[in-house]
Amino acid sequence: MRNRSVSFWLFVTPTLLALALVVFVPFIYGFVFSFTDWNGLSANEFIGLANYVELFQDKEFLNSIWFTIKFAVASIVLVNVIGLGLALLVTQRMRSSNILRTVFFMPNLIGGLILGFIWQFIFVSAFDAVGSALGIEALQGWLSTTETGFWGLVILNVWQYAGYIMIIYIAYLESVPEELLEAAEIDGANSIQRFWNVKFPLVAPAFTISLFLTLSNAFKLYDQNLALTNGGPFNSTQMVAMEIYNTAFSESDMAYAQAKAVIFFILVAAVALTQVYYNKKREVDL
Amino acid sequence: MKKKRRNKLIIEIVGILIALLWLSPFYLMLVNAFKTKSEIFSDVLGLPETWTFENFSQAFIDLNFVNSFMNSLFITVASVAIIILFSSMAGYALARNKSKLSAVIFMVFVAAMLIPFQSVMIPLISLFGQVDMLNPTGLIFMYLGFGTSLSIFLYHGAMAGIPVSLDEAATIDGANKWQIFWKIVFPMLKPISVTVMILNVIWIWNDYLLPSLVLGGENATIPLRMFFFFGQYTKQWHLALAGLTIAIIPVIIVYFIAQKHIIKGVTDGAVK
Repeated sequence: MRNRSVSFWLFVTPTLLALALVVFVPFIYGFVFSFTDWNGLSANEFIGLANYVELFQDKEFLNSIWFTIKFAVASIVLVNVIGLGLALLVTQRMRSSNILRTVFFMPNLIGGLILGFIWQFIFVSAFDAVGSALGIEALQGWLSTTETGFWGLVILNVWQYAGYIMIIYIAYLESVPEELLEAAEIDGANSIQRFWNVKFPLVAPAFTISLFLTLSNAFKLYDQNLALTNGGPFNSTQMVAMEIYNTAFSESDMAYAQAKAVIFFILVAAVALTQVYYNKKREVDL
Repeated sequence: MKKKRRNKLIIEIVGILIALLWLSPFYLMLVNAFKTKSEIFSDVLGLPETWTFENFSQAFIDLNFVNSFMNSLFITVASVAIIILFSSMAGYALARNKSKLSAVIFMVFVAAMLIPFQSVMIPLISLFGQVDMLNPTGLIFMYLGFGTSLSIFLYHGAMAGIPVSLDEAATIDGANKWQIFWKIVFPMLKPISVTVMILNVIWIWNDYLLPSLVLGGENATIPLRMFFFFGQYTKQWHLALAGLTIAIIPVIIVYFIAQKHIIKGVTDGAVK
């Protein structure tokens, strides 16, 4: 018995140690220091909730949260609608199904930073060229305003993640039994009815997964934000992750940035726990 | 029947058109990487008049590509190997040990997935800086800490499919836990190891934020060098796009070789 528990600890300790030193210790350390005037090296004074009081009056921080929420909502809707559309498309038995799947998924393998730079070129140069060739003013001056910066980020995100979400929908669509669809067809259901009444209920679990994946991706987005707009113009397209980064490393206000990071954690954890709750509830319903 | 076939054809054509639209950013990147600066100015959408390779050779040198590629490769391979090694061990021990303590430890790993990177980023860099660990070794250790939770979760789930009777039979034959794991269980975990590998490779190879805080100069990975390179060449799109193309090529090659495994791995990682 003793021998067995020795081997148990032998197997578990390396990862437990890494998790503790990389995640939990910094998490607790940061939480404590968010109540001080810590500058990254030393804290001189315990200042209570002052950082938290300040951040709720910090226009830039509140703007970044609002911008992130708007971005998340637009992304969730578009990524899921388009992802499901692509999944329905490539699960039609076609000669090109596999190639299409490969193409739609491809952006996910490339880093957000590189994708952001590519799209910066597209929005700034290619959009401009098309706009002036066809006389469409709306295509000119992209990324130079808050609105075009916002939609630029959304388009990039949709282009990148729709293929990823597609993969999840495909997994569920392919598990829909063929006999069920055939039976529905024999009973006279047309393709729209077959989708809404047969496929849709069976694919429902994929919605929960995809919804929350898109949501947490949208909240944590940083690389794409940095490469595409870098928060500009005038920090108006800055998302929460970038705002925290800039407070810490550009303004060197470590304790204050950490207080923002704690709030950020609460937001992200709340989203994730809601997902767990819904999954549990769904399992019970089944 | 005829109508059905025609519908199929229309769907297929629509699909191909959407795929071309999806690829258009890559097309624009590629063709403009072959143009001169003035040609990009006059014609963004068309093919280049003359295909110049000079952009690529200059970008290759300025990106210090051989060096940054080797750095990325080293960090990724070392981190993923360590993640697989230790996470599979922990997943095995936690799944086989039915004690309360074991369940609590597993919950701790799962709970850690709730903590976003940005919430620990600042203290992490400060603490590792104080013990002089802002270097490749420290980075690999950080990747173990951040990557292990999901990996253990996947291994733990996969253990359900490996019967305990195998362990018992091996114990009777005189094998100890270490031997049982490496000789019997680990080979059977191979499918989930492939999934764990793929998910972690995609993440670590492309990660920018963490290495940007930890590594500097000579140790810079591809995304990191790309960031400096891009800053240096804003408004010089011919060079910037050539650099981006070079950075993407290795990923595309690997994708076309291993796409079946990659897509399956990503699916398993998301759905499980």
